[in-house]
Amino acid sequence: MRTSMPEQKPKERIKNFNEVALGYSEEDAVKEASRCLNCKKPSCVKGCPVGIDIPGFIQLIKEKRFEDAIDKIKEKNSLPAICGRVCPQETQCEQLCILGKKGEPVAIGRLERFAADWERKKGVKPPEKVEDTNKKIAVVGSGPAGLTCAAELAKKGHSVTIFESLHKTGGVLMYGIPEFRMPKKIVESEIDYIKDLGVKIKTDMVVGKTIEVDELKKDFDAVFVATGAGLPMFMHLPGENLNGVYSANEFLTRVNLMKAYRFPEYDTPVTIGKRVAVVGAGNVAMDSARTSLRLGAEQVFIVYRRSEKEMPARKEEAEHAKQEGVKFMLLTNPIRFIGENGRVKKMEYIQMKLGEPDESGRRRPIPIKGSESVMGVDTVIMAIGQRPNPLVPKSMPGLETGRHGNIITDEHGKTSIKGVFAGGDIATGAATVISAMGMGKKSARAIDRYVKEK
Amino acid sequence: MEKANKTIAIFNISQHYFKNMFKIVKKETLAESTKMFEVEAERIAKKCMPGQFIILRIHEKGERVPLTIADFDRDKGTITIVFQEVGKTTFQLGKKNVGDEILDFIGPLGNPSEIEKFGNVVCIGGGTGIACVYPQVKMLKEKGNKVISIIGARTKNLLFWEEKMKKFSDQIIVTTDDGSYGRKGVVTLPLKEILEKEKIDRVIAIGPPIMMKFVAKTTLPYKVKTIASLNSIMVDGTGMCGACRCVVGGETKFACVDGPEFDAHLIDFDLLISRNKMYLDEEKKSLELYRGEI
Repeated sequence: MRTSMPEQKPKERIKNFNEVALGYSEEDAVKEASRCLNCKKPSCVKGCPVGIDIPGFIQLIKEKRFEDAIDKIKEKNSLPAICGRVCPQETQCEQLCILGKKGEPVAIGRLERFAADWERKKGVKPPEKVEDTNKKIAVVGSGPAGLTCAAELAKKGHSVTIFESLHKTGGVLMYGIPEFRMPKKIVESEIDYIKDLGVKIKTDMVVGKTIEVDELKKDFDAVFVATGAGLPMFMHLPGENLNGVYSANEFLTRVNLMKAYRFPEYDTPVTIGKRVAVVGAGNVAMDSARTSLRLGAEQVFIVYRRSEKEMPARKEEAEHAKQEGVKFMLLTNPIRFIGENGRVKKMEYIQMKLGEPDESGRRRPIPIKGSESVMGVDTVIMAIGQRPNPLVPKSMPGLETGRHGNIITDEHGKTSIKGVFAGGDIATGAATVISAMGMGKKSARAIDRYVKEK
Repeated sequence: MEKANKTIAIFNISQHYFKNMFKIVKKETLAESTKMFEVEAERIAKKCMPGQFIILRIHEKGERVPLTIADFDRDKGTITIVFQEVGKTTFQLGKKNVGDEILDFIGPLGNPSEIEKFGNVVCIGGGTGIACVYPQVKMLKEKGNKVISIIGARTKNLLFWEEKMKKFSDQIIVTTDDGSYGRKGVVTLPLKEILEKEKIDRVIAIGPPIMMKFVAKTTLPYKVKTIASLNSIMVDGTGMCGACRCVVGGETKFACVDGPEFDAHLIDFDLLISRNKMYLDEEKKSLELYRGEI
């Protein structure tokens, strides 16, 4: 049995925005680390997109050498406190853990988080200075891919400048993932570490508007575009533009980045009704549902057109939502929203059944004729996915993009324009924090080679 | 030690180079509760075009507010903004003085206006919309158009920039709802007369949504292409949130990245009016609390 991690009780936590999972104590961590078999040929490492020496750092925790443990992680990962919290370990490293074959895998994510939190409490030691290569690299976007790429390049001695369009650094870590899952102080402290590596960050710079990639190309030896999947999708249903119907992006940005949950102390408002329908069942949908509860909603429904098995959210996220009282309306799809004085009041929906698998491999949902019903709602949050943000690609004539507006790259992040690389959700479409970081890292290696050969 | 010092020195230079300094270099009160700032924002001033907007934030707990660029000076590296004090943020902004800095100043956002030689153009500015239409008037004139400007406000005390507009207009008409200055009535009255009298190739209207709606209604029978600039609620202003969604020709668009200017005959103005009321209660509460504090 894996060592459980203390959590805030559901009844308590839905009244606050504090972190839900409280993290291991030193004792818990050592106990859990002792479960690791320290396999000769560890499979877990193969599941890590950034290739952390997992058994290595776990052995160090077992020996209570916590400082060495975090150093070991940081050899490969500059954002360990973030990854320890939001990586889907159950489908990556932990899925490949040999212990998982018969029982429960080692809680690798929790141990990573422990090591990072331990160091932060003690005071993060500044990284060693490396010799300057005199090469300059511009990174566009300060989300997981951009931060990782910047950190990797800085560690190689390059001079890196990040250009961020918002007023705060961190991208989706700041505007998207809620405080109760990813405290902003932790994001800020990981960003401080990246600044200590020598990375310069310029906020309020909308690349494609304030400054063009072409201009960056003149001032820098290479450009890495990591502008994420920031374009919210809608279903184009009647009534979708009524007041009270939000995109998850807007709802979460108001709450997380602009801190609307502390209105009127903070100036940005958000409205929440008594009954909230969140359409979609990914992590963003779970975040929106759980945020709604914390803002004071009485009943929150996840409305999802497929069944539980197909839900894209991490199991842990869906589980947390359930514990907190979020109700799941599965095999259900909205068909229109009905308003009163411009505000949403009702949602008409239809029951679905599952047909043959579609191109995503999941069974296609089919509406059941005559099964329409209407329910009262005060707030609707559309969390059906995000597309790559078109702002930068549109500003770059000659840049090859895909069907969904994603920038086309080779496996090293090279785009169709010389000296311009891309990675993270802008290249892959909406994915996870860690896969974006993996791409950021891969691209950093390619950029390093490119600027050295230049 | 020497090496360390050198690193610090370089670090400071780069910090200075990268430090955002959006300093207010000029302040004027244009009309009752309407203020103008010239703000140092070199990069934006270098690139912006008429029709684009900026987003500003004035303190760490502040909201992001979009404002249309009212003028720019590429040599001085300044952007002019004009705003009416209506809510907490605009009141706080109005208290700032020359020498003060604005925390965040982001842009230029949105698409530039379509400006070419159309022939005869009518430019309409209502309220603070006068400031928003001004850079277009200027550039339309420079491109060789005949420009007829109509500026309007509820009352005389809210009018401004008549002289500035006159400078680039072949003809200027001023209206006030209460008749305290210029012609009594709304901007659509002289507009209709002009449309009856001469061939107009384009109409540009910026002002309260209700004004733009009626301008569009007035020009529709004359089949004159009419452009309106939408002042939707926004958060990021870069296409990320969809707060500013509007319906144009039956399709949902984002005012921030698809606009802010659209064909006025295709805009669902009632939706815009309704969506702009989304946070009326919160805005009121915020302002009351702020007034209680000061």
